[in-house]
Amino acid sequence: MSQHDSVTTRLSARIAAQFQTPAVRWGGIALILVFLAVLPAVFGQYATVIMTNALLYVVLALGLNVVVGFAGLLDLGYAAFFAVGAYTIGILTLEFGVNFWLALPCAVVGAAIAGVIIGGPTLRLRSDYLAIVTLGFGEIVRFSARNLAITGKASGLSGIGQPWLFGWHIATPTDFYYVFCGLAIGAVIVSLRLEDSRLGRAWLYVRHDEDVAEAMGINRVAVKLAAYVIGAIFAAIGGAFFAANLGAISPESFSFTQSVLILMAVILGGMGKIPGVILGAFIVILGPELLRNLGELRLMVFAVMLLLIMLFRPSGIWPKRGTRS
Amino acid sequence: MSLLDIISHQLVNGLVLGSFYALVALGYTMIFGVIKLLNFAHGDLYMVGGFLGFLSLSAVSSVVGADWPGIFVAMFLSMIAVGFIGVVIERVAYHPMLAAPRLSILITALAVSLVLQNTVLALTGGQYTAFQTDLGFGGLNLGSLFISYNQMVLVATAGVLMIALHLFVNRTQFGRAMRAVSIDMDMSQLLGINVSAVIAVTFFIGSALAAAAGTMAGAYYGSIWYFMGFLIGLKAFTAAVIGGIGSIPGAMLGGLILGLLEAFGTQIPFIGSEWKDVFSFAVLILVLVLKPTGLLGKSEQERM
Repeated sequence: MSQHDSVTTRLSARIAAQFQTPAVRWGGIALILVFLAVLPAVFGQYATVIMTNALLYVVLALGLNVVVGFAGLLDLGYAAFFAVGAYTIGILTLEFGVNFWLALPCAVVGAAIAGVIIGGPTLRLRSDYLAIVTLGFGEIVRFSARNLAITGKASGLSGIGQPWLFGWHIATPTDFYYVFCGLAIGAVIVSLRLEDSRLGRAWLYVRHDEDVAEAMGINRVAVKLAAYVIGAIFAAIGGAFFAANLGAISPESFSFTQSVLILMAVILGGMGKIPGVILGAFIVILGPELLRNLGELRLMVFAVMLLLIMLFRPSGIWPKRGTRS
Repeated sequence: MSLLDIISHQLVNGLVLGSFYALVALGYTMIFGVIKLLNFAHGDLYMVGGFLGFLSLSAVSSVVGADWPGIFVAMFLSMIAVGFIGVVIERVAYHPMLAAPRLSILITALAVSLVLQNTVLALTGGQYTAFQTDLGFGGLNLGSLFISYNQMVLVATAGVLMIALHLFVNRTQFGRAMRAVSIDMDMSQLLGINVSAVIAVTFFIGSALAAAAGTMAGAYYGSIWYFMGFLIGLKAFTAAVIGGIGSIPGAMLGGLILGLLEAFGTQIPFIGSEWKDVFSFAVLILVLVLKPTGLLGKSEQERM
């Protein structure tokens, strides 16, 4: 077992070393970009819609990765921030006639405030308590959306308009596909920059040893709160475009299952590692599509897979080097 | 209805609800006590208990009928079966993870919960299953207050189970070993306690109690479905936290308090019953933030 492990570690190290030459890396990135650009023309509309969904999950998973992977906080109510983004757009554009591009910053601010409200009092709690509190918060948001008149109760909001961008009416599935491509690429760049930033190193420190981190002068609660708020902003932006894409939102889009799916994307690929998280997001969306012919059993098969991955590769399919625990 | 009527009526409702919460909360708290794991799959064991109780009742109802005696037999069978399921889950999923970081074992527990839910979903097609019984509608009229016999039997059964658990934990050798393990697992091991056996028995009892609640809830409310464990799992956790997680009397107390809070919460003006669940989660968050050790819990200095 250990020998096998060291072989795979060496192998993955060698593959990783290959990727570190600039030519290979930029070549790979160019290849991915070309693939993304031609996908709608080559694979047709069905694949485009599914890819759009997968790219939305890339944004959401990278956002949750800031909270879970970078800062090491388990959040089981992440869909709540996604809901805040989507509902802010829905309410502002429908009820108040606000332009989408003006509503978008409001959604971001709203989610950031939600992040502070839930994070502020709870970040001092132990990780398993935090998990439950975030779960409870997620359910409170969903139940509120279902009970309030302004959020359209159980039937939700519909007729949310599609935005214009400098004369480009973002309307067809292909248009939205390219918008989500842009969002996903943006999310990747922001994640990479965050990981290398002073804040990113502070998260790493807090994740490994909170007490020592604090002794070294890191404000534990402040950096955790920052992770929370940044994660919430990712989700709000994803939620805003999600609402514009579908034109209709309902409370059931923001259920606990949604939070779990996003979390699965983060965990499956390898917490904290950006390519791993992207891989995870694709697995979560494309996996059930590929298993579609299993019918009712597909979610069960999927859950068993998650369990097996946790038992045999607890740090994910494509973990960060040096974090095999 | 007069105010007194409303109060006594909600008192009965709260007691019934509280009994379910307390039974499920006990398993949470016991498992947390020994291996410091929040067993996310615990609510789903309640659900599986409901389904196995239903299957057992269908099997035995021709012999003992589908009234309370039949339900007790079904409940007993379901408790044994779910108890073993709990032990298997611990052996297969949690045992190898005990040394892993906390986040990993929490996510494993989440995965177990999804496996249980989706297995039942695949088997039932996600439909509500009618839990048919021959329970009557009789009851006692105390002035203007009506208490059905079903409610009485239910609360009494929950009470008997809790007393039995209390005696087991506090009066037997094995119960003493259990308390020792929950205080210090390594030290208990050094002193010759079979820690593995204690953990297995704890999972068995905790899961069996959840199954008892699941069967009774199915019989009482008349239907079961694959997702019924989710909310009660969350609420039972809330109850365990209110009482102080790790504390067995705390879980009973917390269950009753949460049941009563919820029953009376629906009577507050402007807060209709559709806000009931929001109300319990708000209580959960408040308790965790203001008094994370709960009412009867011991203070703990541990972080993360």
